[in-house]
Amino acid sequence: MELLVATAIGALTAAGIYMVLRLRTFPVIIGTSLLSYAVNVFLFTAGRLAVDAPPILQDGVEVYTDPLPQALVLTAIVISFGMTAVVVIIALGSYLSCDDDLVDAPATQPEAQPAPEAKRGEAPS
Amino acid sequence: MFARMSLFLIVALPFIGALLPGLMIQAGRQACFYATFLVTLVAAIGLATHAPAVFAGEVVTARIDWLPQLGLNANFFLDPLGFMFAALILGIGLLIIAYGRAYLSRNDNMGEFFTYLLLFQGAMVGIVLSDNILMLLVFWELTSLSSFLLIGFWKHLPEGRRGARMALTVTGMGGLSMIGGMLMLGNIAGSFDLTVILQNRELIQDSPLYLPALLLILLGCFTKSAQFPFHFWLPHAMAAPTPVSAYLHSATMVKAGLFLMARLWPVLSGTEAWIVIVSSAGLLTMVLGAIIALFKNDLKALLAFSTVSQLGLITFLLGTGTAFGAMAAVFHILNHASFKAALFMSAGIVDHAVHTRDIRRLGGLARVMPATFAIATLGALSMAGIPLLNGFLSKEMMLEEATHVTLYGSPYLVAAVATLGAVFSAAYSFRFIAHTFLGPVRNDYPAKPHDPGVGLWLPPALLIIPVVAIGVAPFLAEPFVKLVTGAVIGSAAELPDTHLKIWHGVNPALMMSAGALVGGLILLALYSPLARGWNAAPRPEAKDIFDGVIARCVSGAERLAGGLHNGAFTRYAAIFLVTVIAIGVHAWVTGSNAAFSRTMLPITPNAVAAWAMLVAATGFLVAVHRNRLAVLILMGVIGLMVSIGFNFFSAPDLALTQISVEVVTIILLLLALNFLPNRSPAESSAGRRLRDGTIALAGGAAAAALVYTMMLSDFSAETIAEYHLANSYKGGGGTNVVNVILVDFRGFDTFGEIIVLGIAALVIYALTEALLSGPVRAKLLNRRFEERRAGDPHPLMMVVLTRVMMPVVLMVGVYILLRGHNDPGGGFIAGLIVAIAVVMQYMASGFAWAAQRQRYPYHGIIGAGVLVAGLTGIGAWFAGQPFLTSAYGYFQIPPMAEFELATAMGFDLGVFLAVVGAVMLSLESFSRLGRRAGTAVSEHAMDIDPSRDAAAEREGG
Repeated sequence: MELLVATAIGALTAAGIYMVLRLRTFPVIIGTSLLSYAVNVFLFTAGRLAVDAPPILQDGVEVYTDPLPQALVLTAIVISFGMTAVVVIIALGSYLSCDDDLVDAPATQPEAQPAPEAKRGEAPS
Repeated sequence: MFARMSLFLIVALPFIGALLPGLMIQAGRQACFYATFLVTLVAAIGLATHAPAVFAGEVVTARIDWLPQLGLNANFFLDPLGFMFAALILGIGLLIIAYGRAYLSRNDNMGEFFTYLLLFQGAMVGIVLSDNILMLLVFWELTSLSSFLLIGFWKHLPEGRRGARMALTVTGMGGLSMIGGMLMLGNIAGSFDLTVILQNRELIQDSPLYLPALLLILLGCFTKSAQFPFHFWLPHAMAAPTPVSAYLHSATMVKAGLFLMARLWPVLSGTEAWIVIVSSAGLLTMVLGAIIALFKNDLKALLAFSTVSQLGLITFLLGTGTAFGAMAAVFHILNHASFKAALFMSAGIVDHAVHTRDIRRLGGLARVMPATFAIATLGALSMAGIPLLNGFLSKEMMLEEATHVTLYGSPYLVAAVATLGAVFSAAYSFRFIAHTFLGPVRNDYPAKPHDPGVGLWLPPALLIIPVVAIGVAPFLAEPFVKLVTGAVIGSAAELPDTHLKIWHGVNPALMMSAGALVGGLILLALYSPLARGWNAAPRPEAKDIFDGVIARCVSGAERLAGGLHNGAFTRYAAIFLVTVIAIGVHAWVTGSNAAFSRTMLPITPNAVAAWAMLVAATGFLVAVHRNRLAVLILMGVIGLMVSIGFNFFSAPDLALTQISVEVVTIILLLLALNFLPNRSPAESSAGRRLRDGTIALAGGAAAAALVYTMMLSDFSAETIAEYHLANSYKGGGGTNVVNVILVDFRGFDTFGEIIVLGIAALVIYALTEALLSGPVRAKLLNRRFEERRAGDPHPLMMVVLTRVMMPVVLMVGVYILLRGHNDPGGGFIAGLIVAIAVVMQYMASGFAWAAQRQRYPYHGIIGAGVLVAGLTGIGAWFAGQPFLTSAYGYFQIPPMAEFELATAMGFDLGVFLAVVGAVMLSLESFSRLGRRAGTAVSEHAMDIDPSRDAAAEREGG
């Protein structure tokens, strides 16, 4: 079972990384979402896997899984929604203002570079 | 016996008092002045209460262990040296405040000025009274900062701003190196307390770190005290108002470097390096400053360079390393503070009365400004070294010392250079008098000169009293000077057995002194041809060099930053990922992996099916990632599989959270996709895709290997899960351990988290507002849709269904919230479920329709949630418990079953409200973007409504 979980995390991570490296905002957001799945599951597995042992106390039951990673991951899931929403609004704002959703800043022309520098050099104050 | 004021209070008073001027200025300038004056006066009186003890040889101390682990303690001590400086700072401070009251015009903000002045004063007093060198460094930096504010006080003047920046750069840089030096010193001595360091002369001088520490500390002292080659900032700082120049740049701040050299004299002085560096720098500064001063036409610039020169003189005296030199230095510090502050104030008076400080436009003022003339002349003659004034005595001692010092193998070199310096300093002093006050009265002054009011002339006049008194009767000052000298040299040398006298008989020093005066007069007589030659001679301008260095630093930094941060975020991400993977691989290879200690759980067919779906969905997602809608569908599949996984592996709470977050995330992304292009263009080259694919596969493999290893190894340390499981019911009163951790054990974390969530939602709201009030609004209004829109955006089936489900969903939400303490559920999940129910209404009947029926603003709901959670936590205080301690009890109201009430439920309610508010505010903000202004608000819940049509028919028919 551990093998399946590990490979699933690997798949999610790989897909997330690949998407994060795309050039448009939407795939990058998807990539971060995939990475947050992977990270959340990863954190969850830090408590090791257990089947049929939920951390709900019951009389006569002795074996429970580790509740702490679950609590941490629970808030992480909710917070990651908040962060996704913020990133999405930023992406949206930049697309609506600039009419393109490219991630990288446009390459500056090398010959245009020296002019402002020289100006600054003249008046250092 | 007096009650003595605590040293803490003396240091703190100016800082506390700095609050007053800004407030009192509301009550008028006079009130502001009185407040400032009184604060300083009280501090000065407090200092005076210690005088008997200090004169009796006692060292007053006040200690608080602040951060003893770091050696940072708030320790203060008052010995004669500290007393002299503190008295100078506070005493001259009083005069400067009185002078400043008269000097500042109505256009200047006096409250601001006096606030800065008091801050500076506090920092200076802190320096001279600190016992702990780390504290001293803090005060040292504070003087740099407050002097920056004071120099740049006239913000409208570019010279003021430039001068302030230059002073801050140079002294700040010196302060940095000083920190390094002081840390080394403290390391060698094993303590950061000055009193301990001063006992360890041999230990420090034998240490290999002595030389670097010395160099770094001297760099700090030289920059602060404007020693060559860092002398250039001081004249530029003269753009400050004259009270600042008189206070900071003659009497106090520039003496901080000297103070520190004197303070550390017992442990640092006496070595070859000390003598060569300090006395050479001092001599060079003395001569250079004096020569430049002679040829300056601005009165304040002349005085500034004369100060540079005089500071050089004192540095030289400290640098000789003899007890006699230290005594002369102490005496000259005292004398210079009195006559130079008086001179600066006189220059300010001239400027005030004649409206110019240009010496070429002055002359003949003696007759029209007799009082100013008398003050300035006495001060300047003292500076020149005329007998019966105090400057003569200490200068004589300097020349005496110079004849005994051998530097660079020559016994005459120092004497010759010192005499040269004295010649020029006599010359500029004479010029100051002759070219300003003597000569015929002119008729082309920019303003009609007159003697000023008492507020301007009294402070310098008071300073002239000691100039004359000590000059005539040096024995008055002798006990004090010897006391301070004793404090400077400590146990490192014997107190010199000389007396302060006017007449020592005819000795080399007297001849040199007389020669200097004659030489000075000759230089003054030859001034015009000399000045022509000086102006024609090429010489390096320190300011240009400084500006050049700064400009080069700026352009270099820009080039570096521009090269590294070229805006290609994808490249940054790639570099970052490769680095992380490489570090991980390195740790993997070099670390030791224990053999797997756990056995794998058996693989079930269901699990394989879910795994296959997840992996397949992920693969498809990457394959079709250009079709953005398909990506969202596949994301839904992945999220569903993840939550099924959570459920399978005994995490029902996570499963519930994951699936509800999944729903709102997809809705959110759909809303966003409404505006974004629905396809990503294929623009990456094959090489790039290969590169990204390689990084991705490496990262995925690394993550998988890491997780796999971790899961099959036992915990490396004992887990704290047992504690939580054991105390969940006993301490928190709940059987759902995850929920008890969230609301109780780690309630503070959760509290922080809901605040973060609320902030994120508010950020989204604010960004939306900003977008909608900018040019984007017009774009949204003119948006053309590429595809046909649905004719029936609010379909009947959906409206009816969501309306019917709404109460059911709300009830489920409340149920989940209430049972959360004992069964899977809780505030987070309930909040998400309720938010989904409300979002459904928006989707069914449209944004405007739903918004009209929205009674409470979502901001308020977020705030209420945080407030409820916080108040629940605070409630524990009333029971005498720490924040967020929960209490619970069991109650029964017949005929219902017994039920539990816990304060944690109040907290969970807060979480619930915050989550509802945050989710709704985010989604609402997105949909606001979609609402095009001008579109009529739909008044009906659905577009096609058979009952409405029937009613219309009936009415019509």
